Amino acid sequence: MVQKKGASRVSEDAEEELARAPLQAVLLADSFAQKFRPITLERPKVLLPLVNIPMIDYTLAWLESAGVEEVFVFCCAHSRQVIEYLNNSKWFGQPNFTIKTIESHNSVSAGDALRLIYEQNVMCVKEKVIEKERGEREKIYEDFILISGDTLSNMSLTQALEEHKERRKKNSNAVMTMVIKKSKPSPLTHQSRLGTDELFMAIDPETKQLLYYEDKADHLKGSITLDKMLLVDNPSVSLHNDKQDCYIDICSPEVLSLFTDNFDYQHLRRHFVKGLLVDDIMGYKIFTHEIYSSYAARIDNFRSYDTVSKDIIQRWTYPFVPDVQFFGNNAAKLERQGMYRSSGIVQSRSAQIGPFTVIGNGTTIGNNTKISNSVVGEGCNIGSNVAIEGSYIWHNVTIEDGCTIRHAIVCDGVIMKSGAVLEPGVVLSFKVVIGQQFVVPAYSKVSLLQQPTKQDSDEELEYADDSSGIVEIPSISCTSDKLSGELTSELSETQRWATSESLIINQVGAGGVGFIWSVGEGGYEEELRHSVAPIPADKLAEIIQAANDDIEMSAQDGNLLPASGELQPDSNSIGSEDNIEDMRDDYIYFEKEVEATFLRAVQENITEEHVVLEVNSLRLSYNKTSVDCASALFYSMMKMALETPHSSTSELLGNATNVIGTWQKLLKYYLPSLDEEIEVILKFEEMCLESAKEFSSIFVQVLHLLYDKDLLQEDAIHNWATEKEGADESDKVFLKQSEKFIQYNKFAISSLSYCNICKFIYGFLVQWLNEASEEED
Amino acid sequence: MDGTAELAVGNIVRRVLHIIREEELLLLTKDVGGLKLIVGSDDEDTAEGDYNHVASAAAVAASRNSLLRPSLHTLLENIQNSTLACQNSSGGDSEEKSKSDKNSSRRKVKHNVIEAVNILIEDIDACHELIAEQAVEHIHQNEVILTLGHSKTVLEFLSAAKEKKRSFRVVVAEGAPRYQGHVLAKELVKMGVQSTVVTDSAVFAMISRVNMVIVGVHAVMANGGVIAPVGMRMVALAARNYAVPLVVVAGTHKLCPLYPHNPEVLLNDMRCPSELVDFGEFSNCMDFGIDSGAPLLHIVNPAFDYVPPELISLFITDIGGHNPSYIHRLIADYYSADDLVL
Repeated sequence: MVQKKGASRVSEDAEEELARAPLQAVLLADSFAQKFRPITLERPKVLLPLVNIPMIDYTLAWLESAGVEEVFVFCCAHSRQVIEYLNNSKWFGQPNFTIKTIESHNSVSAGDALRLIYEQNVMCVKEKVIEKERGEREKIYEDFILISGDTLSNMSLTQALEEHKERRKKNSNAVMTMVIKKSKPSPLTHQSRLGTDELFMAIDPETKQLLYYEDKADHLKGSITLDKMLLVDNPSVSLHNDKQDCYIDICSPEVLSLFTDNFDYQHLRRHFVKGLLVDDIMGYKIFTHEIYSSYAARIDNFRSYDTVSKDIIQRWTYPFVPDVQFFGNNAAKLERQGMYRSSGIVQSRSAQIGPFTVIGNGTTIGNNTKISNSVVGEGCNIGSNVAIEGSYIWHNVTIEDGCTIRHAIVCDGVIMKSGAVLEPGVVLSFKVVIGQQFVVPAYSKVSLLQQPTKQDSDEELEYADDSSGIVEIPSISCTSDKLSGELTSELSETQRWATSESLIINQVGAGGVGFIWSVGEGGYEEELRHSVAPIPADKLAEIIQAANDDIEMSAQDGNLLPASGELQPDSNSIGSEDNIEDMRDDYIYFEKEVEATFLRAVQENITEEHVVLEVNSLRLSYNKTSVDCASALFYSMMKMALETPHSSTSELLGNATNVIGTWQKLLKYYLPSLDEEIEVILKFEEMCLESAKEFSSIFVQVLHLLYDKDLLQEDAIHNWATEKEGADESDKVFLKQSEKFIQYNKFAISSLSYCNICKFIYGFLVQWLNEASEEED
Repeated sequence: MDGTAELAVGNIVRRVLHIIREEELLLLTKDVGGLKLIVGSDDEDTAEGDYNHVASAAAVAASRNSLLRPSLHTLLENIQNSTLACQNSSGGDSEEKSKSDKNSSRRKVKHNVIEAVNILIEDIDACHELIAEQAVEHIHQNEVILTLGHSKTVLEFLSAAKEKKRSFRVVVAEGAPRYQGHVLAKELVKMGVQSTVVTDSAVFAMISRVNMVIVGVHAVMANGGVIAPVGMRMVALAARNYAVPLVVVAGTHKLCPLYPHNPEVLLNDMRCPSELVDFGEFSNCMDFGIDSGAPLLHIVNPAFDYVPPELISLFITDIGGHNPSYIHRLIADYYSADDLVL
């Protein structure tokens, strides 16, 4: 009832308040994911520095510049830290820009957060009824921007908002406008440059309505499945895989109520968007707004942290770049080749600072140190002969002489003793100490906190824990017992660390402090994809190899093109077991069809040309090669010969001779090269072993017959023989039988001219046949 | 300290500071004279005279101090303080007289400052017109004029010439990557001026037909060089090659007392690369997840060019035409040397 009230109120107010309503935004200061663990155990993700400035500042600066007047910051994990940061920042007290924080401890997903906001709204509505004047600005009543605190952009909202409002006027079911941007995914790794999975979207090119959204497509299958109705209902659909979801949404107030109505919606995309797309009862629609010249991206994982940092350094996010003072940051100075240096740096003359590097205020750099493609924070102390490449060093880090850091993230207060090495992909969490000469293995994560032993399979539930020592968890009634159990266990682990330091010394070298976390459930593969380090060359080569194999394989099958217009794959084989079975089944059907055709041809006296035509059409529809046709035809002929009544093997041979004689032209048509001929021999061999054992005794005769009729060449038989040489004894039965024939053939070729071969063979064969019959007798 | 590329802001701040200083100087010269007079008249009472002497000396010292101090953002406050000091230290008829004198003079200073600032504001408002007035002297019948990008000053300059029934043609270089030249061409056509739009790279091909190059700039530096939209140096060099005069139109508010070799001056503004290329098309060149992870593609989009004074023939400002070598003279007129570093 309350919802209904809210909804009706909204529609009522919408028009009158359209003109003067301040633009509002909901900023989720929690990603509800655990991709940034172990760092996020100690500090919320939105406060992590991105090119030396906390992520949330980028988001807020953009919201302010885009004309948003009121922001509701939803704090969940480490809410105290977020609120404290905002209180101390200059965001409070800005004219025309108000920030309100909403604190929650039992929200475990974006869905929960929005439900909570909705509930509070409803409360505000009630208040408004009582005190009309004051409660007015307290709630979200207009279209609002939904964004998470790890998104940065420089787009202008004006056009997107206008489009959204225009659509809303025409159709009140257009509840959301999603901002998208073109960005090509890598064809090899099937992931976007932000490290997320390749995203498939179907969009109506006319109305820009979003029709399909899939970010978890199965790349092994290499296909996606679209609902047939999608194509029926829409005159045109464009399917994109080169669009990036910016996670900036313009939502109507209904979105909040939708979350409340569907209490199982957790994830914004996986549940909400997909839920709306499949739900055709309510008819809610989602639209897209593509941005071209402006930038927008969300930091989802370490890979996107790296990419977005580089985008900032390359100034795609202009004006939110290090050398422009957009809020309390210390403006650095841009030098050549994208190098930013703050003023207060003590740098040795021999130190080499390479391109695309940011050096923060108050950092000292020693002799012969090389830094390239990296970000170094404020107050760092970097010794001599240090090599830093593609890494992110946060604030107040001490790096002693001779360290090597490649593609790593080093958090605040870390101490690296001399000679320590960080291999690619390493993440060092706050205040870790790495011992002398210690090599931290690639992709490992080191934290002062021990890895939680219990791995919760549901990733959504993981983030809400808070073990930074703020004792606020026990006082809150957690919704899930499991969660609270984990929390307490983690807390006790922290305590254990505090008491028994000796336990962990060995993990990160002598004098080191910290636990090395083992690779998470996602496994090594996942780690590689989301790591701050680029995918190593050997791994990439592996992927390329795999991709090439796939292509070759499908090329062999002649299956590169889908069988027909349907998107559902039927024989797009990439070598899995199922597919091989599929193919075999396919072949059997095909063989049966060919046989039926052949029988009909025999009965109805159809000419060879027509049979060829029919077999060809069968070949096309089953997507087969001429090899398959030849063996299938031969099979049908032999089967017919077999089925014709006979009393002895010689009669059978006669039958076979008859059939082959009548249809030799047909067979010949499908035997254009050696390969087909060999295939026919193999097929015959298989028949003799399995389906038509009667032929086994006259294998050689039939072979000879085929040779006689010019259907088989000597080479084919020889090739078959050599192929079979290496086979098992059991397989060689027929080879032995035809040994003489082959030997003779060989001899014939080597000693005599072609003309003579024929004569000679005739003579020989007659003799040989006689011998054979004598033996039989 | 001014890290921003908006040099004009700093210029105006310096101009206002200069105005205050000027007024202060006037007042002080009067003040010192007045005090001496007062001291002279109070000669009878020695004790009081000594006292007065001390007070007046303190006042003079305070004003001297304030004169010498390099940064005097609060000059007006200082006047107040010195008078207050006088007030406290002195008692008697003559002191009261001097007090009222000072109060009135302080008010006068404030009044003068406000007046001067208002004149400055008017000047800035009128600068386009003042520049445009000179147009007929420079643009002759049937001339071909080349310009780059869009500048309001240039547009008004040309329109003034057009209004005076001069017939001329304009070649507009489009001014990539922002293509403001297209806007200018539209406006010129609206005015009825025969216009030709060419790419920036075609400037050299066109320049031999051109009689004069007229451009607007971002800032005029103390040495007579200019900071102008990117591509301008190329235009200037082309003009020099064919001995075509390059005329810069700029209001005096663009006159910057800094030198381009000063490290405090940010000469350029590196803008967003998306003005040059489409992010989506190049996104696969910037996939840092493969290969070495080092960015191989670097897109540079500078907003400005520096054109040295040797390449400029004439500046047309709201106070008349000037040679580049004369700019430092104007600077001396408009700015105090103390204000160069803000």
